[in-house]
Amino acid sequence: MTTKPALQPVIVGAGPAGIRAAQTLAAHGVRPVLIDEAARGGGQIYRRPPAHFKRTPATLYGTEAARATALHGTLDGLHAQIDYQPDSLVWNAQGGLLDVLHGPTQTTRTVPYGQLIVASGATDRVLPVPGWTLPGVYTLGGAQVALKFQGCAIGSRVVLMGTGPLLYLVAYQYAKAGAMVAAVLDTARFADQLAAVPAMLTQPAVFAKGVYYVGWLRAHGVPIHSGIRPVRVLGDGRVAGVVWADGAGREHTLSCDAVGFGYALRSETQLADLLGCRFAWAPMHRAHLPERDAAGRSSVRGVYLAGDGAGILGADAAEWAGELAALALLQDHGTAVDAARMQALQGQLHRLMRFRQGLERAFPFPTDWAAHAPDALVVCRCENITAGDLRACVRETGADEMNRLKALTRVGMGRCQGRSCGVAAAEILAQATGQPVERVGRLRGQAPIKPVPIHLQARQATDAGASA
Amino acid sequence: MSSSTPRTIKTDVAIVGGGIVGASAALALRRQGVDVVLLERDLCGSRSSGVNYGGVRRQGRPLSQLPLAQRAHEIWARLPALIGTDGEYQRTGHFKIARSEADMAALEHYAHLSRDFDLGIELISGERLRAQCPWLGGKAVGGSLCVDDGQANPRLVSPAFALAAQRAGAQIFERSPLTRIEHDGRQLFTLHSGTALEVSAPVVLNCAGAWAGAMAEQFGEPVPLRSGHPAMMVTEPLPYFMQWSLGVEGGGIYCRQVARGNLVLGGGSGFWLDGDRARSERSAIASLTVQAVELLPALKHAHFIRTWSGTEGYLPDRQPVLCKSRTTPGLIHGFGFAGAGFQIGPAVGEVLAELARDGHTSTPIDAFSLARFDTPPAPAAGATPTTTTAQAH
Ligand SMILES: Cc1cc2nc3c(=O)[nH]c(=O)nc-3n(C[C@H](O)[C@H](O)[C@H](O)COP(=O)(O)OP(=O)(O)OC[C@H]3O[C@@H](n4cnc5c(N)ncnc54)[C@H](O)[C@@H]3O)c2cc1C
Ligand SMILES: Cc1cc2nc3c(=O)[nH]c(=O)nc-3n(C[C@H](O)[C@H](O)[C@H](O)COP(=O)(O)OP(=O)(O)OC[C@H]3O[C@@H](n4cnc5c(N)ncnc54)[C@H](O)[C@@H]3O)c2cc1C
Repeated sequence: MTTKPALQPVIVGAGPAGIRAAQTLAAHGVRPVLIDEAARGGGQIYRRPPAHFKRTPATLYGTEAARATALHGTLDGLHAQIDYQPDSLVWNAQGGLLDVLHGPTQTTRTVPYGQLIVASGATDRVLPVPGWTLPGVYTLGGAQVALKFQGCAIGSRVVLMGTGPLLYLVAYQYAKAGAMVAAVLDTARFADQLAAVPAMLTQPAVFAKGVYYVGWLRAHGVPIHSGIRPVRVLGDGRVAGVVWADGAGREHTLSCDAVGFGYALRSETQLADLLGCRFAWAPMHRAHLPERDAAGRSSVRGVYLAGDGAGILGADAAEWAGELAALALLQDHGTAVDAARMQALQGQLHRLMRFRQGLERAFPFPTDWAAHAPDALVVCRCENITAGDLRACVRETGADEMNRLKALTRVGMGRCQGRSCGVAAAEILAQATGQPVERVGRLRGQAPIKPVPIHLQARQATDAGASA
Repeated sequence: MSSSTPRTIKTDVAIVGGGIVGASAALALRRQGVDVVLLERDLCGSRSSGVNYGGVRRQGRPLSQLPLAQRAHEIWARLPALIGTDGEYQRTGHFKIARSEADMAALEHYAHLSRDFDLGIELISGERLRAQCPWLGGKAVGGSLCVDDGQANPRLVSPAFALAAQRAGAQIFERSPLTRIEHDGRQLFTLHSGTALEVSAPVVLNCAGAWAGAMAEQFGEPVPLRSGHPAMMVTEPLPYFMQWSLGVEGGGIYCRQVARGNLVLGGGSGFWLDGDRARSERSAIASLTVQAVELLPALKHAHFIRTWSGTEGYLPDRQPVLCKSRTTPGLIHGFGFAGAGFQIGPAVGEVLAELARDGHTSTPIDAFSLARFDTPPAPAAGATPTTTTAQAH
């Protein structure tokens, strides 16, 4: 064998996973590059408000304040040991180079890597409801970001609907921050939650927190309805209310001036896709995800995956997975690492799987969503494509695969490139063709990962190895 | 899933490849009442034919392609009647830009050479150009407009050819790769798609695009076919301002704006991922962004939202292979369109149908014979008009 190549790790994503990965590498005397699109590290859950922002971590992160502070502290303490590059979007990857757009200056540069840890996190999983394009409708994550980042609520009388742990968390955070939560509308049934209790008890502390949020909401008079189906958001120019159906099919109307909705999260996988990672259907996540081994190695040599970007497991798991991926990277490079620590982290992640399955049980994906989606429902808001358009395409052309559906209808061809509408379009396609959703395939990834200004100014001083 | 006894079908003509070429051949054959089976490895129109730039242009083609291009031009005019959709085809004009006096002279020369084909080319320069298209950046000194050339949406057009052929009675098998083909030495081919399907036919059309070389080689006709990957880019929708599809003399960039408002740009090349798929090369993306703003200053504040590429077959002279096999009766080739086969595809399909049914065609295709690779190519002395077409659209 020839000489060992220089260790040149790059981490994409400064959330819990990326920060722990950076810390672990630094602790082993390696100086990683940490690239993050956000202005300040912390990721989605511990998103940090702008520096001049006055609210305390306790008000911002509630029960998670200590964790948030710890993670932020870790990153702040690492500045001398890592090359931290905030405000930087990785928009392309090819041949050992990342193309990185620096937001504030609108310049692009290339960053070479020998090893890469992808910790790109997640965004909301959206299943639209008629009326969701009205001003005043947000995703649950968006609603939370408004609170954490901008310190404002999305409305004064807010309905939160969908399902997933974030539903109750956001409701709690909103109510706690003084917003009026008109109702929590959960598509999961109470029976689902009961059935999930044994599995959820494998993480008693997390479970207790969930129980606490629900209890707190009830104690403060916030109505919680389970087993519902969102029917439509009402309004003329702006949200005025929601209509939902109860388990017996009876419709109810509730007035409000804002709606937050979502169905748990979906992994951000474009970068893994551009890097050539092999994907496989992951039934628990109801998604095609990049494959990884127990330590986070992808199918591509030198590329590691950690955190929600490779499957939704939550913030604690993201921290463990970030550390583990960094250890695996070091190990693969011949650096001595604490094997027992790796074992322990793998054990922790493994045990979490049962809890994660419990969550799926407690907040199941509403598999009947597509069957109830009316033809007039806008699925893709960039291109204004309705469920009916998609069904007509299936009828008229026999399209039975996502990329074909996209080519023929433009669904997923807008600015979001399917990141928002892809989940819903796949569900509609599966329903219209009578196939299980895993069979309809996944949208192919291409650069750029997010829209990039065409008037790109190539930064002059590119890192070594940059192409002409 | 698959049974051990394959489904067996006898047919008049078997076609390998469901791109615009194979699918339009299938449609043309059905319109003549000939039985057709088409095998497509993936989905019809999912390769070059469905991912190309969408330029439907005659201008700039080598003179040898103009008879085909003219024939295709007639077919494009009848598109809705023929395939049941207009495929967003519009005769918006194709404007080829000159960035120097020398470029302008080259365009004049081409207009002169092609005058017998009546392309309706109009040369525009100076003041008139500025007045007619204020959105053009300062680099353009003039250009050549072919008013009846245009653009279409390949994602819609190419699958629609296959669908139309199917409606007309062609048996189309998607996700059915040709895995083996034999000839009995006399008059019958047997095509196998795994263990699922067996097709026997006296005539086979090799329309497998960039992957057509294997079959030619198997039948004793090795071809210097290689893959090429034109790089593509699309912007977010912008207010509609540009009707023409633009090319540039000497190549480098081409672009058009679709009715939805997005600009589709092409230029430079991509790289292959796995033999089937390709992406745009980073250097191509960089160069496209620079040239785009130079050509159309209005793009300065736009974002591009996606890049992509495709896999297309190229022969050394950038001319296709369209001919009967010289080793194997019944085998007919139609591939290697070098990044420019979308416009002529429908005519190529008709020509292949004629060759299959009648053994000859009224359209001159001698320039596309495999025979041209028999002898070492003559030294490239005097430049021919083909040098002006070294771009993929
Ligand atoms: C909006 C939202 C709110 C959430 N709120 C909670 C909560 O309150 N409680 C809870 O337990 N869980 C919450 N979650 C889930 C929680 O975020 C995750 O479990 C956890 O943050 C995962 O950590 P991570 O490091 O994998 O990814 P993330 O924390 O998501 O961090 C990923 C980081 O990567 C960056 N990134 C991604 N792609 C690129 C790129 N191409 N170039 C540069 N940077 C990139 C992102 O900007 C981000 O900073 C939330 C998730 C979302 C999406
Ligand atoms: C990015 C790009 C931009 C372009 N821009 C333009 C343009 O603007 N204007 C223009 O005129 N031309 C353009 N072209 C060229 C044009 O797209 C092609 O010349 C044309 O589509 C070729 O059609 P085809 O049917 O020969 O090939 P293809 O569309 O590639 O079809 C060949 C088919 O054969 C199938 N196949 C291969 N092997 C097998 C097998 N063993 N069994 C079964 N099926 C098989 C493939 O899956 C494929 O579907 C461009 C090409 C590309 C890639």
